[in-house]
Amino acid sequence: MASTEVQQQSDMADLGAGLDALEDVPVRRAPLGRTLLAKALPPLTAVVLVLLAWQGVYAAHVKPAYLLPGPLDVWDSLHDQWLQGTIGAMIWTSLSRGILGFLISVLIGTPIGLLVARSRLVRAAIGPILSGLQSMPSVAWVPPAIIWFGLSNATIYAVVLLGAVPSIANGLVAGVDQVQPIYLRAGRTLGATGLRGVRHVLIPAALPGYLAGLKQAWAFAWRSLMAAELIASSPALGIGLGQALENARDQQDMPTVLATILLILFIGVCVELVVFSPLERHVLRSRGLLTDRR
Amino acid sequence: MDPALTGTPLSGATGTAQYSVRLDHVSKSFGRPGGGQAVLDDVSLTVAPGEFVCVLGASGCGKSTLLNLVAGLEQPTRGSIEVPGHRPALMFQEHALFPWLTAGRNIELALRLRGVRSAERRQGAERLLELVRLKGSYGRRVHELSGGMRQRVALARALAQESSVLLMDEPFAALDAITRDVLHEELSRIWAESPRSAGAADRPLSVMFVTHNVREAVRLAQRVVLLSSRPGRVVREWRIDLPQPRRIESAGVSALSIEITDQLRGEIRRHGQH
Repeated sequence: MASTEVQQQSDMADLGAGLDALEDVPVRRAPLGRTLLAKALPPLTAVVLVLLAWQGVYAAHVKPAYLLPGPLDVWDSLHDQWLQGTIGAMIWTSLSRGILGFLISVLIGTPIGLLVARSRLVRAAIGPILSGLQSMPSVAWVPPAIIWFGLSNATIYAVVLLGAVPSIANGLVAGVDQVQPIYLRAGRTLGATGLRGVRHVLIPAALPGYLAGLKQAWAFAWRSLMAAELIASSPALGIGLGQALENARDQQDMPTVLATILLILFIGVCVELVVFSPLERHVLRSRGLLTDRR
Repeated sequence: MDPALTGTPLSGATGTAQYSVRLDHVSKSFGRPGGGQAVLDDVSLTVAPGEFVCVLGASGCGKSTLLNLVAGLEQPTRGSIEVPGHRPALMFQEHALFPWLTAGRNIELALRLRGVRSAERRQGAERLLELVRLKGSYGRRVHELSGGMRQRVALARALAQESSVLLMDEPFAALDAITRDVLHEELSRIWAESPRSAGAADRPLSVMFVTHNVREAVRLAQRVVLLSSRPGRVVREWRIDLPQPRRIESAGVSALSIEITDQLRGEIRRHGQH
């Protein structure tokens, strides 16, 4: 009796081990070099094609050179600014404002998003306002901000916050709304209630939507910042990219205008590629939500 | 045609906590009080410490509602439910593992929420994984595991709560037959070893297992309780004295399954005739 029991148990254990082995599919990943090449080649080709087309239009003299400089003129302008050592300071002035404004927005937007997502009353009260704010161009806040705060950093940060906070809150709300109810039930039976439930279940479960909100919030923060710097330009504020753009326009220096626009674009793309893309891919991949497309 | 053909009277219904779960004339209806839809009607059921009870019924018998009530996720409309000791552990048909954590971390979260110190969690999780025969799967992601492996991790996570009551809501319904056989064996083994195993401390483990699969119920349980549908009432119960380990295709399991299936079909037919 006892021996047949042991026999059946070990038979079943072997059967289980066999099933596990059959179900195991090894995960293959392409070599890093080839992945980089496959990722980098198409956008680089696109950039080269755009530059060639630009050079072609320039060479055909469609517009006079002071209105439409060629790529090489713009490159010279960038090179000059580099030699004068102003580029780094300019980029840092804007980027540090962007990062600080974004971080403050995260601190403000996250609790607002949680409240809206979890409280029916709060959602009914301010949910529509948040969505409305999100679709409102934050440049519209520059005039009132200047009246309230004058030409100061406070004006710039106010505009950045009004641009980014709604995106963060709305992203978190969307993330929470998409959480499968089974996770919340499982969390409750494990004892994750109240704040512990928010920390261990709700926020991690809502992370993909939250990250999408953060990514959009950075884009909104950056463009609000540029709008604010462009309009609220004053020597006391230091020279960021927006002010540099305005100064170049003032001097009718078209190569520098285009060079500054390229810098603004470049910073935006860099932050997306270096921070948000890898973060998003990591989160989705670890949850099995990302399949390698070929 | 007496629907109250209950089997042997239950032991341990005395005043002291001689039971793990006790439902006393429990009714549950959804919707407006008084005029709502009755899901459970006057269900009385006692699960003894260390007992394995299968609750059997067709769709609409309120099986899942019954477990939600015992788990404390919902409140009964009438009657009382007593579950002495810890909050019961609950396992679902979906694995309900958190996809943002590895298999091991899912178990560690259950340990953490129970108040286990961080230094001991890793070891505890490894021990529970070994108990469900998934040694070495600590760092694997949920989506990398097969359906059977996920349910075993879910079982390990439920056991990590160290509750003396394990509620199971059709946990193997979505698995193929071969995998289900293996998991029946695992569950039987873990339940039989429970006073000594890693999961249940020093108390024997009581299991309340809900299913619509008659053979599964007879394969696993010491007692099978048949519920009628809409509303759910206890129709009859059977004590299963077949020796463990049972095989689901054995003659003993088959014979009793036929008897229970006939009664279950009779209950379902009643809904076709008005």
